[in-house]
Amino acid sequence: MTEPMVKAEAVHKRFGRLEVLKGIDLEVRRGEVMCMLGPSGSGKSTFLRCINHLEKINAGRLSVDGQLVGYRESGGKLHELHEREVARKRAEIGMVFQHFNLFPHMTALENVTLAPIRVLGSAREEARRRARELLNRVGLGDKVDTYPMALSGGQQQRVAIARALAMQPKLMLFDEPTSALDPELVGDVLDAMRQLARDGMTMIVVTHEMGFAREVADAVVFLDEGVVVESGTPDQVIANPRETRTREFLSKVL
Amino acid sequence: MSTSEQLSEERTGRPEDIKAVPVRRPGRWIAAIIVLVVAASIIRSVVTNKGFDWHTVGQYLFNSRILHGVLVTLELTVLSMAIGIVLGVVLAVMRRSPNPILSGGSWIYIWFFRGTPLLVQLLFWYNIAALFPTIDLGVPFGPSLIHAHSNTLITTFAAALLGLGLNEGAYMAEIVRAGIISVDEGQTEAAQSLGMTRMMTMRRIVLPQAMRVILPPTGNETISMLKNTSLVSVIAYTELLYSAQQIYDVNYKTIPLLIVASIWYLVMTSIAYVGQYFIERRFGRGFTRAERGSVMARWLSFRRPGKAT
Repeated sequence: MTEPMVKAEAVHKRFGRLEVLKGIDLEVRRGEVMCMLGPSGSGKSTFLRCINHLEKINAGRLSVDGQLVGYRESGGKLHELHEREVARKRAEIGMVFQHFNLFPHMTALENVTLAPIRVLGSAREEARRRARELLNRVGLGDKVDTYPMALSGGQQQRVAIARALAMQPKLMLFDEPTSALDPELVGDVLDAMRQLARDGMTMIVVTHEMGFAREVADAVVFLDEGVVVESGTPDQVIANPRETRTREFLSKVL
Repeated sequence: MSTSEQLSEERTGRPEDIKAVPVRRPGRWIAAIIVLVVAASIIRSVVTNKGFDWHTVGQYLFNSRILHGVLVTLELTVLSMAIGIVLGVVLAVMRRSPNPILSGGSWIYIWFFRGTPLLVQLLFWYNIAALFPTIDLGVPFGPSLIHAHSNTLITTFAAALLGLGLNEGAYMAEIVRAGIISVDEGQTEAAQSLGMTRMMTMRRIVLPQAMRVILPPTGNETISMLKNTSLVSVIAYTELLYSAQQIYDVNYKTIPLLIVASIWYLVMTSIAYVGQYFIERRFGRGFTRAERGSVMARWLSFRRPGKAT
């Protein structure tokens, strides 16, 4: 069996005295789509942010592609990674945020080409060509020169997906990508994600879209109060939950 | 015609525009008359009072020494603002550093230079030789590479530039800091998630957006700086005001020469206003839904700088 893309062992995270993650154990295999469900405050977004080191974990082990996140292990000791090394690892992980976080002072195309040019050192023309291709793929071929402000939420989120994909990541993290969207705009974003899943991208998706989770996810985990309450296939967790807490949550959102 | 028919007709057809007798506003008239009377008496005195001596004003307006003073004032303003802006960015970034020595150092700098009058600072730099007769540049506590007398190194020009620039740095630091804070945290996170380093994020993402907040007060600072350069006259540096003073010290035409200086200050600040408008528009890209308006709309928004963007 090949190494999992993401492996978490007893991951703990505290904010001051508030313990948000109380020992998360999970594995995401290559090419797998994992959906994380759970009530707000359950720690799912925090866990996602730990994976690309936007948050530091306090205890446990977290690794991506066989390498520890944020540390290097040698001689039985953990050494903090230098900022540049952290940045290099982040470049291999795409992240899509709830509030899009597009760069408002740049056009859609500039948003997508910035990191490939500045971080990967791609040639400008090559980066622009690829960006056009990606924007086409998410259905925004005609919006390349538009500033984010003039795009709808759904369009902005699709630009954000294209921006993350432009780095050719090996893993994509989605932090409630459709929660800030008007209901009629959700579909286009989910379509783009569905397409990505079909292309074999490894994805972790924090979401409240049960339909999407059921249809696209290979694995579903249900988090509550900083622990994994239940995990399995969508059929097991969403259709036939064993735990009362899962059942209670699902009865509220379905 | 029944009432219901009348109503339905009014609903379908557009009703007539309202014609009402406007409220009388005697207060407005009285206020307007007072303003006009005051304005008229000012104009009358400007025209009739011999003290203004418009002939002399005209004679000296394009005097070569005055024009030289204008150039020096511009030069001082541009260079001091450049020092101030660069220093301000550095201090603002230092202030946000997790390293307490850097953030503390920045805080103390700002505390000192904002807390003492610019005039006093200028006099300090001018008299620096009294404090440090010689200046050595080299390895700290080690051998010296450059050794010079303060009076040769710190010329009047250098003293003026140091005084104005270092003081401005403290103010610009606070302006830049406010700009940096105004940029949403999510922007930094998005940039970092794309593998950008802190420096790259600051330069490509945060500062360009902070510019929208930084620019209007910076325009203000530039206009203040244009005028504050006149303080340099106390250390006998021949900028615009000192040039005028040198002339009236000889011919005693004090008022006309002060008017000449004022006219030039007004011209320079007015140009700065126009420049500010165009620079602000450049950095407003992506923040307005409307495309560039008509020439008329631009002219109007230019005349009301507060409502621009």
